[in-house]
Amino acid sequence: MNLESMYQEIILDHYKNPHGRGLREPFDAESFQVNPTCGDEVTLRVALAGSTVGDVSYEGQGCSISQASTSVLTDLVTGRSVQDALSTMDAFVEMVQGRGQVEPDEDVLEDGVAFAGVAKYPARVKCALLGWMAFKDAVSRVEGVADR
Amino acid sequence: MTTTTAPLDVETIRKDFPILSRLVHGDKPLVYLDNAATSQKPRQVIDALVGYYEQHNANVHRGIHALAEEATALYEGARDRMARFINAPSRDEVIFTKNTSEAINLVARVLGEAGPDHRVGPGDEIVITEMEHHSNIVPWHQLAERTGATVRWFRITEEGRLDLSTLDSVITERTKIVSLTHVSNLLGTINPVDVVIRRAREVGALVLVDASQSAPHLPLDVAALGADFVAVTGHKMLGPTGIGVLWGRLPLLNELPPFLGGGEMIELVTMERSTYAAPPHKFEAGTPPIAQAVGLGAAVDYLTSVGMAAIAAHEHELTAYVIDRFAEVDGLTVIGPNTATDRVAEVSFSLEGIHPHDVGQILDEQGIAVRVGHHCARPAVVRFGIPATTRASFYLYNTRAEVDALVAGLDRVKKVFG
Repeated sequence: MNLESMYQEIILDHYKNPHGRGLREPFDAESFQVNPTCGDEVTLRVALAGSTVGDVSYEGQGCSISQASTSVLTDLVTGRSVQDALSTMDAFVEMVQGRGQVEPDEDVLEDGVAFAGVAKYPARVKCALLGWMAFKDAVSRVEGVADR
Repeated sequence: MTTTTAPLDVETIRKDFPILSRLVHGDKPLVYLDNAATSQKPRQVIDALVGYYEQHNANVHRGIHALAEEATALYEGARDRMARFINAPSRDEVIFTKNTSEAINLVARVLGEAGPDHRVGPGDEIVITEMEHHSNIVPWHQLAERTGATVRWFRITEEGRLDLSTLDSVITERTKIVSLTHVSNLLGTINPVDVVIRRAREVGALVLVDASQSAPHLPLDVAALGADFVAVTGHKMLGPTGIGVLWGRLPLLNELPPFLGGGEMIELVTMERSTYAAPPHKFEAGTPPIAQAVGLGAAVDYLTSVGMAAIAAHEHELTAYVIDRFAEVDGLTVIGPNTATDRVAEVSFSLEGIHPHDVGQILDEQGIAVRVGHHCARPAVVRFGIPATTRASFYLYNTRAEVDALVAGLDRVKKVFG
């Protein structure tokens, strides 16, 4: 029962058939994130087209949650404005850190709602956020470049 | 193990451990296979803790009232029990610490401040192994940073054994201290510490043996072992958290400087200077973990009444069964010796294509508690070219049926991720 709530078919699908995987050129910034407690890691690149997220590409290794979450991320942010992408990220973070108390909005999070069950497993929240942290970090680096 | 050892009455033993009868995730019986992280506690230990607080609580070694006398007798009685349990030649060689980490930190700290015979300084070498827990690595890195000494180490073979082919080149005249684990918490390997100790003796180096993973499972005789220090933690051997033991040879303990300063560890304090108590109190600054020591005393009483030889025999049989059953699981690779010989019932493994976190989570959903990750032994995990393992670790109360449950659980894992 609990099993189903954590390992949704959507998550397993993204894990087995990840979207957007592989590091691509050109890119504006890259971020490497690691979870020191389990060794999960992801390297993620973003290429912006003006204020829009043009491409997100990544490589990583780790558990199904960290890798599937990064796959879902690429669907949710590619082609969106940076502002929209970051507010989607906020909604995702709020959901998985919500201890099961936050009702996710499927219109905003799409496949991402499958990760609602992760919120009940505090040890796995970092796994679900690994790729998103890399995305946020990479975007902030691009903006830093743009400001110069 | 002796052939005269009677088999354990595991069903009766299990009744002593209240937690083993609880359910998890609704209706799943608990299958607790994370004993290398911490053991469960028998009713006898829990009762000792409650009884101490309900009937005897006072500070020790001070005050002349009835409770203070009782608390002191219980605390020092626990030291006597522990001394007997590890066959220490003297009770004064048994120092209570917080855990193994503190015990090792104690030695690493005082060796940097010791007199000329034992002081670790620039040009000296500290020898550890690649299979150490971080608690037997980091304090030595810190000592090396403080003193200018160098850390060297023995490697691990592909089979998960200590590679002692470099024995004479790693331990040399420059070696001041060798610190190694008796049993690897990642691999389950029982190390031939006698061989290492013999070599250390040839060059006049001290030896510390980390017995965290051996004292709970194998008879431990520090007099026969021949090391200079042995570190043990209570919570892995049925005792409470917050209590461990450092055993050290008395002449050494007399000679070495104190560790932490404070109450209890002094002889005389004036405003100008302090002089120090004799061991063991010299190394026990401040109010000690009294209830925890009492609980540990109850734990070693329990282990002694069951019999360490019988426990070791039971676990050896379980190990052989785990190794056999694991051989039937497609895609499973044992990380560590793939045999029951010279290893304990802690078995790390990887499952092809499935991350240990996912393995652990699906097992947990079935009520099976294992540990996943690098087990605070990252260099050893990296040595095998993987980021993490799943580890099932057994104790006196575990059964073959629980091994079967684990193997069935792994089938379920493979179905989810297959």
